[in-house]
Amino acid sequence: MECTISTMGCNASAHYSKHKYNETAIKATVLIQRWYRCKRAQLEVRRRYSLTIFQSIEYADEQEQTQLSNFFTFMLEHCVHRGEVARTSTGSDVSPGTDSYVIKYEKIDVPDSYRGPRLSFPLDISHAKTLLNALKDRQLLHARYVLQLLCETRRVLKEKPNITHVSVSYFKEITICGDLHGNLDDLLLVFHKNGLPSENNPYVFNGDFVDRGKNSMEILIILFVFLLIYPNDFHLNRGNHEDYILNMKYGFAKEVLKKYKDHGKTILHHLQDIFSWLPLATIVNNKVLIVHGGISDTTDLDSLNLLERNKLKTLMKTRKLETDKKNQEEHSELTEKERKQVLDILWSDPNKQHGCTPNQRRGGGCYFGPDTTDQLLKRYNLKMLIRSHEFKPDGYDLTHNGKVITIFSASNYYEAGSNRGAYIRMNPDLVPHFIQYQVCACTDKKKNWERVKTIEQSALQNLQERIFVHKRKLMDTFAKCDCKNTGRISISDWAAVMESVLQLKLPWRMLRSRLVKTDPDGKVDYMSCFCYMDTARPMHQVQPTLVETLCKYRRDLQMIFNVLDEDRSGLISPNEFRKMWKIFSSYLGIHSHDEAVDKLAQSIDFNKDGNIDFSEFLEAFHVVHQLENKAA
Amino acid sequence: RQACSASGSAARKCDLKAKDGVVAEIEKKITEAFKVFDHEGNETVDVREIGSIVRSLGCFPTEAELHELLAKVEEEEPTGYVHLEKFLPVMTKVLLDRSYRPIPEDVLLHAFEALDENKSGYITKEELVKHMTEEGEPFTEEEMEEMLSSALDPETNAVHYRNYISLMVVDETDDLPQ
Repeated sequence: MECTISTMGCNASAHYSKHKYNETAIKATVLIQRWYRCKRAQLEVRRRYSLTIFQSIEYADEQEQTQLSNFFTFMLEHCVHRGEVARTSTGSDVSPGTDSYVIKYEKIDVPDSYRGPRLSFPLDISHAKTLLNALKDRQLLHARYVLQLLCETRRVLKEKPNITHVSVSYFKEITICGDLHGNLDDLLLVFHKNGLPSENNPYVFNGDFVDRGKNSMEILIILFVFLLIYPNDFHLNRGNHEDYILNMKYGFAKEVLKKYKDHGKTILHHLQDIFSWLPLATIVNNKVLIVHGGISDTTDLDSLNLLERNKLKTLMKTRKLETDKKNQEEHSELTEKERKQVLDILWSDPNKQHGCTPNQRRGGGCYFGPDTTDQLLKRYNLKMLIRSHEFKPDGYDLTHNGKVITIFSASNYYEAGSNRGAYIRMNPDLVPHFIQYQVCACTDKKKNWERVKTIEQSALQNLQERIFVHKRKLMDTFAKCDCKNTGRISISDWAAVMESVLQLKLPWRMLRSRLVKTDPDGKVDYMSCFCYMDTARPMHQVQPTLVETLCKYRRDLQMIFNVLDEDRSGLISPNEFRKMWKIFSSYLGIHSHDEAVDKLAQSIDFNKDGNIDFSEFLEAFHVVHQLENKAA
Repeated sequence: RQACSASGSAARKCDLKAKDGVVAEIEKKITEAFKVFDHEGNETVDVREIGSIVRSLGCFPTEAELHELLAKVEEEEPTGYVHLEKFLPVMTKVLLDRSYRPIPEDVLLHAFEALDENKSGYITKEELVKHMTEEGEPFTEEEMEEMLSSALDPETNAVHYRNYISLMVVDETDDLPQ
């Protein structure tokens, strides 16, 4: 078929008489194009709202985390063993001047059967290369070397100022990476594309090395090894996840305990201290400020430079213990003002509105506007701010007129194909060049359709889990809108209830068809959003609020238990269980009668000696889709 | 609404009230869709996203129609951004008037058939690319690639359009409040 229509189309009339057939074809073509563009847009919207769901839940979680941190510290410091962990948290063995801090590794034997990588100090680049290959092959570095590495790393970090100044030249461009979150493949890919660190290839890693991903420990090992080899050309900034309280929930502590059965707790214990020695910021050529989160209207680089950063083991607000109060004169903690200085640079996010407001979504740090940025840059004669901390679909983002750059280096962060990662390369012109990448073959265009469906499904499951743990409150609130008890409410009411109870700002009207059944007259059958979910082991005889609470805090309880379970038997006695539950529920303000807790304990499979396998117990409270459950 | 048909003025009043409700709900729906693309949270979106927003609301405009709509919502001095404030009334009218109606499945099928000269039940890759990128409102390379990725049967290198349509139509039945 010869077709001479210009690419602009639509002017078919000129050819009308010649090719009558063409007119139909063109109409058909326009119609298909029109239809396809719509389908494509709908897919794009689904991709976007899925990312919004992931992000909203992530931030809401962080907020709950800050509320729960009291409970964590209490459990850690009081409940079972008051030895090791408690001492670190009060910082009593790190006194300024006389540094008596010891990391014992000499007595740990490395058996002859150990086939993994070995380190000998001082390290050089050949060690680093061997180690990289070994970790790439998923080998484990022996705990002895890990502890020795931590010991050396601590020594180097201690010498660093709070704010590192670096300079770049045309022969020595600098590379800046954002959040890695335990994605080892991303780090390896960056090194592969951009070259290994060296005197002439300096790097800044801008925090959040750990948590979420499966290989946080490996990432730390690699970063620390390069720090030791190139202490002047390899820079680390602390992120908000370099914090032992967050590590409890977001997977790093669990990872370490799993990988290092015997020495995991010791490693974590020393990391608490090492994290506190990480520098807080880096400044390039006196012009570019690099911090993990951002700034606030009170950010003061001079006071940030002066405070004793190692006194801040965690940024979460923790309850003052009696023993702490006694020790306070000897080991004075940072003032509230100093704490806020650090909190703001590690937790804040930029936004478009002027001014500086508390960061409600995350529950820590603030939102800073373009005016706040301008003021700070002007005051310190800076050109721009580079920060990380926030997921970006393209791996980077510019805001505040290009003066604030977000760099995020963990690709596929929420789900395979959810985003690209990026890093920045910068020469003395201080113009950032962004290099994007994505681990695995997810960039394949072919799979776009399926990919969005996968991402969406995973996001919706996350959301449904959240719906499930708020079931009681949702049902009560729905019922209030449904005076006639029909089981049906308007879309508007439904959306309002979902938003207020779940505390998530989401496009509920769009999500509706994915979450609930709607009658032909446009009324929502509100109970239908619960019907596909249950706990892994149905618990109908147990008080529903207890079930929901356990689902909600399953991961937190697991973590606490891992820390408390000294002999790693995995077992807890009914009495211990009751005690732990009592403390937990009093912190959350839940009223549960002893009777109800006993019932709960009884519903669990007891070993013959009457102990509870706690992990198995918690697994029962994994929220699953019933279809998934049946398949399993 | 049925109960209202008793007396004239009361009915009108009730109709008005119901209409207000419908408008309010439509506005909320538009605002939600808009906010999915409003990354800064300041009630503006990139002008290039307007197409996605309009289409995600169940509208099927042509590119030409979309440009007309854009002209109405853009600032007098184009900034590259569109404000919700300007977009909302224009889009509300579009939805109330039910402009840019969805394309029924049979009409779509006829369109594919029209391109299938030999009535063979499929269109070859070459034919499809020629039509879609050279005629009408031509696809960009990216659009074309993406369509091929989901439409093309890898074995025959052709689009068996009946299958393809039924595959694409399944999950999208979003309705407006009546």
